[in-house]
Amino acid sequence: MLAKRIIPCLDVRNGKVVKGVNFEGIRDVGDPVECAEEYNRQGADEIVFYDITASFEGRGVFLDVVRETAKKVFVPLTVGGGIKTVDDIRETLRAGADKVSVNSQAVKNPQLIKDGADIFGSQCICVGIDAKKIADHKWTVYINGGRVDMKLDLIDWVHQIEQLGAGEICLNSIDADGTKNGFDIEMLKAVCNNCNIPVIASGGAGKIDDFSEVFEKTGATAALAASLFHFRELTVQQVKEYCRNRGVIVR
Amino acid sequence: MIAIVDYGAGNIFSVKNALDYLGFESGLVSDCDSIKAADAVILPGVGAFPAAMKMLEQSGLIGTIKEEASKKPFLGICLGMQLIFEKGYEFGECDGLGLIGGSVRKMDETELIIPHMGWNKLEKLNDCPLLENVGDDEYVYFVHSYKAHCSDSDIAAYCEYGGRVPALVYDGKYVFGAQFHPEKSGETGLKILKSFGGLI
Repeated sequence: MLAKRIIPCLDVRNGKVVKGVNFEGIRDVGDPVECAEEYNRQGADEIVFYDITASFEGRGVFLDVVRETAKKVFVPLTVGGGIKTVDDIRETLRAGADKVSVNSQAVKNPQLIKDGADIFGSQCICVGIDAKKIADHKWTVYINGGRVDMKLDLIDWVHQIEQLGAGEICLNSIDADGTKNGFDIEMLKAVCNNCNIPVIASGGAGKIDDFSEVFEKTGATAALAASLFHFRELTVQQVKEYCRNRGVIVR
Repeated sequence: MIAIVDYGAGNIFSVKNALDYLGFESGLVSDCDSIKAADAVILPGVGAFPAAMKMLEQSGLIGTIKEEASKKPFLGICLGMQLIFEKGYEFGECDGLGLIGGSVRKMDETELIIPHMGWNKLEKLNDCPLLENVGDDEYVYFVHSYKAHCSDSDIAAYCEYGGRVPALVYDGKYVFGAQFHPEKSGETGLKILKSFGGLI
């Protein structure tokens, strides 16, 4: 049986790991390659690097981090942040990423999803979505790190993403992100019920049973967290043991 | 030397990285002579079946690959494993390399989340030298939407995803095919690649 995946995410700026709370108040801690190796030892099923560097120079440093990690860590690496063109996707995959995660740019230019999937295969195109609730069972998609409301209906966007050939969705709840009150179960359920590709739950994990809850109550096939693992409040191993004891299949 | 066939498909650097890490000499090759000179061959690949066959054909590698796969250890990975079979049905029918009997078809979308993406458990079916050091409760990383249909006797290990999915196929001689990515399957994957390199 397919195991549920536990995915630690590392936000990287200028070659260093950072973690924002609600996208603000960033602290600077740690070497990303070492962090990735540690997550690998803990049993992480994939590792996500998110580049929050804004400069051209920073991008080079970031890709070096990906390159170094790919030489030492033999689990899938997903890279997000700053990917705007097919050439950016190519460059990122060549640095050793297995998947790219596109977010804002995919909303601005949905063709990027189709072109990326056609050229490199659906399996390496993950579409990241930041969404926020506006009414009962209704959410809209935001871009630019959750700052700009695109007035785009979440479920419409999910349908469009799947049609364009995305291989996976990483769904981040702006309402839940940074709260540590658990994943956004209602939003995840809505998305999982409306698509046939894997969905990664993101945003809100604060305690160990948030992980088993998201797998028990929604169709998410993976759960992602950053600060929880980064500040060692929990290890990936602890989360997996807990899930396993609750009857969730994990590696 | 292990030749990693570079025909413009997929993340071949991951395979190279894993072989480097294990201490096996390897190189990315795209010509017949290098494949002939190698001690073993790995055919990686992600993307679509017909596009990959077309690229192999345009590179003039098909005849050499078929010939060398009967003489030295040969491992197809992911799409490279699917290409081992006789036929693929991705955007219509397309001939494969025909190293092992069988075909490759889309997995059932109505019942399953597709792609089959993530870690799934290897269930051993037949003896295979690549699984000698792999236990009964080990997971490997898959990402694919099509699966092989072949004889049970060619399946070294399968996994369960809406029925049996051939995970590792073996012709009993030199040809191996891994539907999963050993280069992305942590310790288990490294053990499998180490066993493959050990066949040289």
